[in-house]
Amino acid sequence: MSEIVLKLENVTMQFGGVVAVDNLSMEINRGEIVALIGPNGAGKTTAFNTITGVYEPTNGQVSFLGKPIVRNHPQGKMKKAYKGAEADKFAAQSVLNPTPDKITALGMARTFQNIRLWKTQTVFDNVLIAKHMLKTSNVFSATFRFNRAEEAEQRKEVAELLEIVGLSDVRSELATSLPYGKQRRLEIARALATKPKLLMLDEPAAGMNPQETDELTAFIARIRKDFDMTILLIEHHMDLVMDISDRIYVIDFGKLIASGTPEEIQNDQRVIDAYLGVEEDA
Amino acid sequence: MMKNMKREYVITAAILLAVLVGAFVLDAALPSYHIAIKVVKKACVYSLVAVSMNLLNGFTGLFSLGQAGFMLLGAYSYAILCIPVAKRAGVYQYFDGGIVQFSLPEVFSGFLGGTVGPVVGMLCALLFGGLLTALCAYLIGLPVLRLKSDYLAIATLGFAEILRAFFQWNAIGPLTNGSNLLKNYPDIGGAAAYIILVGVFIGVILLLVNSTYGRAFMAIRDDEVAAEAMGINLAHHKRLAFIISSFFAGVGGGMLAMYMGTVQALSFKSAMTYEILLVVVMGGIGSITGSVITSFLYIAGLEWLLRGLDSGTFLGITSPIFKNGFRMAIVSVIIMIVVLFFRKGIMGDRELPDLFRKKEKKGGGAK
Repeated sequence: MSEIVLKLENVTMQFGGVVAVDNLSMEINRGEIVALIGPNGAGKTTAFNTITGVYEPTNGQVSFLGKPIVRNHPQGKMKKAYKGAEADKFAAQSVLNPTPDKITALGMARTFQNIRLWKTQTVFDNVLIAKHMLKTSNVFSATFRFNRAEEAEQRKEVAELLEIVGLSDVRSELATSLPYGKQRRLEIARALATKPKLLMLDEPAAGMNPQETDELTAFIARIRKDFDMTILLIEHHMDLVMDISDRIYVIDFGKLIASGTPEEIQNDQRVIDAYLGVEEDA
Repeated sequence: MMKNMKREYVITAAILLAVLVGAFVLDAALPSYHIAIKVVKKACVYSLVAVSMNLLNGFTGLFSLGQAGFMLLGAYSYAILCIPVAKRAGVYQYFDGGIVQFSLPEVFSGFLGGTVGPVVGMLCALLFGGLLTALCAYLIGLPVLRLKSDYLAIATLGFAEILRAFFQWNAIGPLTNGSNLLKNYPDIGGAAAYIILVGVFIGVILLLVNSTYGRAFMAIRDDEVAAEAMGINLAHHKRLAFIISSFFAGVGGGMLAMYMGTVQALSFKSAMTYEILLVVVMGGIGSITGSVITSFLYIAGLEWLLRGLDSGTFLGITSPIFKNGFRMAIVSVIIMIVVLFFRKGIMGDRELPDLFRKKEKKGGGAK
C-alpha cells in the first residue's frame, strides 16, 4: 500500500474570465516521479503555483501527506463569475491559504522555470540560506552566536549536499558565475537543503542541450534513489519525461486530458491531438 | 589558507585599535570643544545611523526613509530622561517644569556612585530610546511593510514628517517641551567614549548580518520570491529587519542629542534622512565599512576641512569666490565625481578585511 504524498481535488484557478486550471485532480504516491506535461500555456506552472501557495486557487483542495493544506471555494465576485465545476464541494469548509514559506516548511520544495538563485551569494551560501528555515535559534541567540553548534551542523550538511550534487569544487564562487547546467543543479540542491518530502521541479531542463538533458535525467534519478524522494516535475523535453517518469498527467487548456504510464500516454490519441493539433473539418 | 584568513583579521583589528588609541590621544591632547573632537563625535553618530539604514536598505532591500523620525524619538527619549531635576524648571519654563520629574543619571548615581552611575543612567536612556523606537517601528511596520520599494519610502518619509510635527504640538508640551529646546542634559564623554559606544553597536549589527538571519535578509534582497519559496517568512523577517534597524537609529538619535547638547524637533527634517542616505549610497550599499568611512569623510569634509571654502582662505589660497555656500557647491561636485567613478560606492559591498584579502590575491597572481 503506497502512501499518497500529494493529492489535488478539483483544483480550479480562474483569472477574471480565464480558467487557467480547470477541475484538476491528481495524486502522487511516495517514491514516485510524476510528470505534469502539456502544450505551451496549458496551465502547468499555474497548477504548480497553486500547490506551492503562490496563487490562491479559486476552488479546490490540495492535501499533503493526508492533511489539507490549501483549500478554497468561489467567494465574493467570483461566485457569479465562476465557470468551473464543483463550486459547492468545499463551500462548507474553512478556507486554507498559507504563504509559500509555510508550505515549504511542511516539506515541499520547488525550483523555478527561470532560475532564481540569490545573485550576490556564493554557491555555498545559496544552499546554506535554504537551511535557515530549519533553524531553532532566534534572532538574539543567532546574533550573539549561542547557536554555534547548530550553525556548524548546518554547514557540515551543506558541504555534504554539495559533495553529493557535485558542486563542491565551485562552492566559493558566485552562484551566477556558474554555467547554466550547474545553476540548475544548484537550484535543486538548494531545494533539497530544506529536507523536503516532495521535490517539485518546474521545467528543470528548460534551455538545456541534449547532453545536459541526459546528465540532468541521470541526476534526477539519482536524487530519487539517494534521498528516497518523491518528485513532481513539469517538463517539455519528452525524452526526459518518458525516461524517468513513473506516471504522467497531461493537461491542455487547464483540463486533465490523460494520465497513465509513459507507454499509455505515448499512444493516447487525445494527447497526440493536443500536441499536434486536429484537423478542423475532420 | 587558515593563516591568510587570520592575517586579514589581525590587520583589521590593528586598524581599529589604532583608531581607538588615536581617539584617546585626541581626548587627552585637545580641549573637548576642539573641532577635531566634535568631528569624530558627529561622525560616530552618523556612522551608527548610516549602518542602521544600510541594514535595512542595503542588506534587506527595503527602501525606507524614516530614519530622521526614528532618530527624533531616540533623541527626545534621551533628552527627557537625562535633564537634571534641578534644571527642569528652567528648561520647561512654559510647562511648569514638565511632568517627568526624575533623571536617569541621577537615579543611578544614587546607588552606583557618582562616577559609574551617570554613565549607566545615560546608557539606559539611550537603550530606552532605542526600545521605544523599535516599538514604534513595530506598530508602523504592521501596515507599512506591506508596501514595496518607492511606496514604502513615501510612507516612512510621511511618518517621519508626522512625528516631527507631532512632537512640536503644545498639548504634549509637558513631556516634549513643545517646540522649545530641550537642553542642559549631560554628554557621555569625549571622542573615545563615542568610538567605543558606536563600535559596540556596529559590532552587534555586524554579528547580526553574518548570522543566519543576516543571510536570510540578503536572500530577501536578492530574490523575494525565491526566499519565500525556500521557507523564509517574508513578513516576519522584514519586520525584524525594520525593528532592528529602527532600534539602532533610535540609539543613534540619542547619541546625536548628546553630541548636539540641545534637541529640537525642527532639526529632524527629511533632509537629515537624505544626508544619511547619501552616506550609505556613497559608502556602498551593503557595506558596513563603507558607511563608516564615508560618514567620517563626509562629516570631516563638511564640518571642518572644507570650511575654508566658505570663509575666504582654503589651503592657503585666498579667493573672492570662496564665499558662503561655495563649500556646498564643491561637495556637490565631489559627490558627482564619486557617483561617476565609483558606481557601487567607495567600498561596493566589501568590508575592511576583504580589502586586505583582495590585495593578497592580486599580489600572489602577479608573481
